[in-house]
Amino acid sequence: MHPWNSTVGSASLKLMLKLLPRLFQRRILIEDSMKSKVASLFTALMALPPPDPQFVLRGTSAAVHTLYFSCGGSEPDIPLLYSGSESGFIHVWNLRTHRVDTALDGHGRKSVYCVETMGGKDRLLSQGRDQRICLWDLAEGRTSVTDSVFTEHVGFCRCSLLKVAQGRWLMAMAARSLEEIQILELPSKTSVCTLKPEVGAKLGMPMCLKLWQLSCGSQPVLLAGYEDGSVVLWNVSMGKALSQLVCHQEPVMSLDFDSEKAKGISGSSEKVLSIWSLNEQQNLQVYKTHELVNAGISDITIRPDKKILATAGWDHRIRIFGWKKLKPLAVLDYHTATVHCVSFSDHSNPRERLLAAGSKDQRISVWSIYAQT
Amino acid sequence: MPAALGERERALFGAFLRSLARAPGAARPEGVWQRCFLEGPASLVLCVLLESLGSAGSVRIPGAGRRFLQEGRVSALLWEVCQQQAQAGCPELQDVLINKIVCLPDHVSNKLQGKNPPVFFPQNYFPLLGDAVLQVLEKISDSLRGGLDCSISFVSHVLGKVCIHGRQKEILGVLVPRLTDLTKSDCIWQRICWRLVECVPDQLCFLPDSQLLGNLVVKNKKAQFVVTQKMLLLQYGHTTEVLQNLLGYLSLDSLRRTLLLRVLQELLETWSSSSAVKHSPAEQQLYISKAILICLSHLKEPEIETHRQELLTSMMEGVKCRLDSSLLQQRRLGMVVAESISLKINTEGPVLKFEYEEDDETRELKSLLVQTPSFCNVPSLPDDDPFLYFFYSDDDLIPYDMSEDKELKIKAPVYIRDCIEVLTGSRTEDVDKWEATVKALESLVRKNPAATREVSVELAKILLHLEEKSSIEGFVELRQRTQVAVLTTDPIPVAKYLTSQFYSLNYSLRQRMDILDVLVLAAQELSCPKFCGKTKHSGAQKPCIQLLQGSDSSKGWRRVVDERIKNKTRRLDKGHCDMELASRPNEFNSVAGYFFFPLIQHFDRPLTTFDLLGEDHLVLGRLAHTLAILMYLAVNTVVRKVLLYRYVRQGLLSCISSLLLSVPTERILADMTEELLETQSWLGDVMEKDPDGDCRRLALQNLLLMENLKKKLEVVPS
Repeated sequence: MHPWNSTVGSASLKLMLKLLPRLFQRRILIEDSMKSKVASLFTALMALPPPDPQFVLRGTSAAVHTLYFSCGGSEPDIPLLYSGSESGFIHVWNLRTHRVDTALDGHGRKSVYCVETMGGKDRLLSQGRDQRICLWDLAEGRTSVTDSVFTEHVGFCRCSLLKVAQGRWLMAMAARSLEEIQILELPSKTSVCTLKPEVGAKLGMPMCLKLWQLSCGSQPVLLAGYEDGSVVLWNVSMGKALSQLVCHQEPVMSLDFDSEKAKGISGSSEKVLSIWSLNEQQNLQVYKTHELVNAGISDITIRPDKKILATAGWDHRIRIFGWKKLKPLAVLDYHTATVHCVSFSDHSNPRERLLAAGSKDQRISVWSIYAQT
Repeated sequence: MPAALGERERALFGAFLRSLARAPGAARPEGVWQRCFLEGPASLVLCVLLESLGSAGSVRIPGAGRRFLQEGRVSALLWEVCQQQAQAGCPELQDVLINKIVCLPDHVSNKLQGKNPPVFFPQNYFPLLGDAVLQVLEKISDSLRGGLDCSISFVSHVLGKVCIHGRQKEILGVLVPRLTDLTKSDCIWQRICWRLVECVPDQLCFLPDSQLLGNLVVKNKKAQFVVTQKMLLLQYGHTTEVLQNLLGYLSLDSLRRTLLLRVLQELLETWSSSSAVKHSPAEQQLYISKAILICLSHLKEPEIETHRQELLTSMMEGVKCRLDSSLLQQRRLGMVVAESISLKINTEGPVLKFEYEEDDETRELKSLLVQTPSFCNVPSLPDDDPFLYFFYSDDDLIPYDMSEDKELKIKAPVYIRDCIEVLTGSRTEDVDKWEATVKALESLVRKNPAATREVSVELAKILLHLEEKSSIEGFVELRQRTQVAVLTTDPIPVAKYLTSQFYSLNYSLRQRMDILDVLVLAAQELSCPKFCGKTKHSGAQKPCIQLLQGSDSSKGWRRVVDERIKNKTRRLDKGHCDMELASRPNEFNSVAGYFFFPLIQHFDRPLTTFDLLGEDHLVLGRLAHTLAILMYLAVNTVVRKVLLYRYVRQGLLSCISSLLLSVPTERILADMTEELLETQSWLGDVMEKDPDGDCRRLALQNLLLMENLKKKLEVVPS
């Protein structure tokens, strides 16, 4: 390892930076080789060390694949975190006691890779590798599956949920046929439409979905990341692809979209994050790309206030960026295996906001970062 | 009065006016006299008026001149010439006229010796001239709209001349606001303006406005020179505002931005050139520094990204030669600019910080970096314009330390073929990967015997030639263990290869000895029963340590003693080992020939490659030793099963003789007493019973040698 990259502690860095001007003043010749060292010194940060996790949740005894917060309730409600693990259990974590309140077993011990509440903490949707999407009734201590959808999809594309009216949701999910996406209305389970790419488009399987609408009542739109690295914008009501953008060379692993700024971000197994925008003609355009230190992104989430975003990396690290400029803000290095998912909490008080990350190392790390801003 | 007069009429009318001007007061009919001056062809009138100023009896001339000015005759004059010019007027006359118009205040005050009317004061005259220019431009614009051809160059030359005379402030104070207004929506006005400045690029500095200037600098070479070279690098008298305007103008258009970057490069070049630092005046250096800072303030992040290295290099150069200066101001300038550059290129890192006293100058310089001059007439700015950066940046989010964010340790390859690729690849930058591969290879080979067999010889070849690329701890042992692993996994072809290489060309002695070591270790491993885990390895330590002795002689006496003790201990074990052996097949048995036989082929012949019996006796010693060990290992089984065929026996015999000859007597006795006895009885056997004559002869020789040894021992008891 290059000595300048390795063990220069921040104290010695400070010292160097203090001494440097004096070195100049003493007219020490700066050789070419020195310049790059000085440059690397400049870029090395004299900033605060990244924080430690606020707390860590252990006990899933399996890799954690998905996380979902339910903290929006008022005082008597206990803030909860749902986690889905490889062993097929959904754990409901009490964020006051940091213990598991309930463990739900509804996917035949097959990996659960998507968990989301549907209007309150008592109704839960979960998706597992048993090719089923389950709807749970958790009210009054019940833990029963009220309904389920057989997706017949063998991949691990998470479904996407969008509330369109009181008690009515649209759900996008990868369908049985390889390239297709199906939109269902919940809870009625009626099929709204099936989104098929044009013949010969060769997009491959859908890998990640994001269903959204500009405002309540406007037409729902779906962003789907595909196996061939492209992101496609679908008009759900017309069942028509509006725009396609090749963002990556590898399958798109995750994407998130900010409908206010009409800007989205996607990650793949490559070393880059791709940021793209949607113009008024409903065309996707590459906005910029951001080079990462290590390859592989398994999950991307923009915080609901659109200020920061978090990525879950194959390099065991969680990265935080400013959303406006994609300014790198922090690298949280806690996990010892691939991080599978990141999720921001929905606390009504911004200062209480949390970030949770689930990893293959069977731990869930919970962080309080940039909660003040 | 008719507007267009012929040459002749003009001359006549001129003469008439002159006589009018000279005429005594009484001969001047008030109304007509004045009308002649006010309505006659303006150019002619002006000439006559100026000629007659100050001459005898010209009391009323100044008055006439005043009215001439006040009643807008100047604009008539300009318009007149413009029209003439469209029909190709006389250039000399125009030059004279320009001179007269521009120098009118000087002229008048010279002639009248301070008694000139206020309207001729420059501060009054030039705004008036500005108005006149505007009127003419309006007329021009009208006639252009009417489809008439019209030349603007006369007006623009007048303007240029005024600027040369240093009166740009007065005249532009009138012109620019109005033109800015007019050009906003009207493309004809824009064209007029561009033409206006195009003819006088020297005077571009007076035009701060991008709409007045258009993309002139991109199209017009001279204008480009003026903007990018003259005004920035040759002149240094312009105010900071002019600089800001100029560079701001360059930054506003993508075509011009390339110029901005070029300008910055040139500025930095000058800034960092030590001769410029030594020889140019302090004011100019300050000027250039300001220009650099303003340029930096206009740079966008991606631009900085691409030019970071250049910026850094220039900064270093410049700072170095400035800090060398004995002048405080110079040093401070260097520090401020360096700080600013480092601030700009390291938006998220720590920045260079010098210690110096702040004063107005440093504060002004620093303010240039952040303050972006406003361009009120810029329609819209792109999202990532520096102008908007302050409003839309993530600056309120302070990054944490990310210096620990390094690439993950590279994973070692999982397949042997991948290893081969890495080890034979010439990509030097993958040192980490190479290291990981070297470390992982042995276990890979042991885990995948089938895969290894497919590429065993290739692998052996690579390992034999493998040089240390980076300093891995215990590289030599690592390589050796891997070689042994390969050899034991696929003994016959690899042994063939290695033994053939032993005598071939272009190997270092080190490599040849490596071959021997590897053969020995592998033979040992093969000859011993299948080991479980690492027990065998510790058993195999002995020869390993012995063989590597040459390379680590610094281990000291304790190590030597330890080894000796170990040697002894091991010999006790051996009996045990032998018993085990008896019950298990010796794998080495079947392949011993491949190990042993080729090695003894050439040892007694001097080769082109190396001379074992000559100067390369070190290798000979090692070879003998190796052979001895090989033989010993083979002997364990062979003696019992007597499976050696003639050549092997022969080889063994010659080996024994070489062993007896080369190994010191004490050593033989200490290490191999038992074996010696055994060997002796075997030799006796061979001598008596072997069907082969050569073997019998060799056995006899060996026995003789042993006898000699014995005798020696008797002489020198150990």
